[in-house]
Amino acid sequence: MTSVLLSVTDLCAGYGPIRALRGLTFQVAERETVAIVGANGAGKTTLMRALSGIIPLSDGEASFLGRNIRGTSSHHLARAGMLHVPEGRGTLQTMSVEDNLRLAWEIRPTAVTFGEALEKAYGRFPRLRERRAQAAGNLSGGEQQMLAVARALVNRPRLLLLDEPSMGLSPRMTGEVFLSLAELRDDGVAILLVEQNVRRALQLAQRALVLSHGVFAASGPSDELSRDPAIVASYLGQSHDAPPDNKRHIANDPRR
Amino acid sequence: MISDQLFFTGINVLLAWSVYIGLVTGSLSFAQGAFMAFGCYGAGVLTVKFGWPLLPACLVSAILSAMIAAVLGYPALRLRGVYLILVTIGITFCARVALENIDYVGGVGGFGGMRGADLNAVIVAVLIVGAFLLWFSFSPLQRICDAVREDDRVASSLAINVTFIRLLGFSAGAAIAAIAGALYGHYMNFVRPESFDVLLSIYVVLYVVLGGTNNMLGPLIGATLMTLLPEYFRVLAEWRPTVFGLAILAMLLFRPLGLLAFRLVTAHASVSAPRKSGSL
Repeated sequence: MTSVLLSVTDLCAGYGPIRALRGLTFQVAERETVAIVGANGAGKTTLMRALSGIIPLSDGEASFLGRNIRGTSSHHLARAGMLHVPEGRGTLQTMSVEDNLRLAWEIRPTAVTFGEALEKAYGRFPRLRERRAQAAGNLSGGEQQMLAVARALVNRPRLLLLDEPSMGLSPRMTGEVFLSLAELRDDGVAILLVEQNVRRALQLAQRALVLSHGVFAASGPSDELSRDPAIVASYLGQSHDAPPDNKRHIANDPRR
Repeated sequence: MISDQLFFTGINVLLAWSVYIGLVTGSLSFAQGAFMAFGCYGAGVLTVKFGWPLLPACLVSAILSAMIAAVLGYPALRLRGVYLILVTIGITFCARVALENIDYVGGVGGFGGMRGADLNAVIVAVLIVGAFLLWFSFSPLQRICDAVREDDRVASSLAINVTFIRLLGFSAGAAIAAIAGALYGHYMNFVRPESFDVLLSIYVVLYVVLGGTNNMLGPLIGATLMTLLPEYFRVLAEWRPTVFGLAILAMLLFRPLGLLAFRLVTAHASVSAPRKSGSL
């Protein structure tokens, strides 16, 4: 029995009179990867913002490692080990790639030295090593997403909140980013992933919840959900949107 | 005469740095006139009415000024950009009107009797503040401030206490401005509330814009040039506001990042990370 990192009970949140989320209950345990999937406007980003303390909860409870999210500011949650990678650009645009990583290490230093952490991050993302001196804003969308994930590697969070890592990326780049997420998952970092690309999300996560109009419409282990006729019809469709080689790459990952 | 000019140069350098330290954390402050007035009157009351020596009076007024900045800044720093500018201008206006109505410090008539500051005192202050800023430029704190200035949401998701960092920058700026004010008052022997006009705040910000906002040397150069140039070109003195305005326009056209735009750390590490634009 692993311990619970994030516990959410009857969470409601929204913007002014609009209630985007209406009573969500779920948990994320240590070393677990959970995907929350759903269409545009289902409330996925709202959920991420509520969890990381950017917008207030209007009702319900949420706690990370026993800390009530309601009364804890977002930087305290981050310090406790809940790292939120915001939608789109989660990087500091005018800072160099290496400074982005150095900042992450300086704020939350880990047992290893910065040099070692950097080597590990560059080892996983050789492309970032090539671009170490460039401003993060000059990287492509995929490289910026890689930088966000690399920063998570340096930071060693207990729980990584990922908001739409595939957004704006080519299918090929999406494949690369998800491959690195799979490695992070196999390293034992718990991941809560919010994603519109349902196929990719179900391949990565052990468990998934389907969010629709602010409530969970379905939940279960990823492989069960991906065989569920209703889910296939609404979210996966008949076609294979991902190039087959990338798909095989993740599915056959021996470490999984 | 020359020592007069150097003294005012030193005061203006201190003021420019006080704006710079706030700007590093992303807040552009036009409240430096108010904090300078507070430092001047606060230290003046301590030396004239209570007979304190100048140094402790200076330090106490700087600390009080930083605390006032923290209290004012806690609500004000929720605002950014043009709204924060308006609030800080408002602070300067309020400070002047308040001083004009406090009879204890002379009201509109002004406050006198302070003495004891000389060129050496301001040189020491510039060296101390300069050394602090130099240390800051090479410390991790610089990167943390850069992150806050650039994107407070990302910074907070990286476990940076954004509110605290911005308050720190605003308060440190207020303390430096208060020291400049205290030295100024004790050099001039007599000050009036109108000496700390909003125009003063604007001039100080312009020194920084002219010199460059990316490193600590920019404000130093900007303040020095704009204080000494009109003194040595008498022709310019009459046209000072015009020349100043034209210089700002030319600068924004040809060197929008200021005269000295390089980053100390970046130049030091000889890594060229392209920077986009100056930031407010």
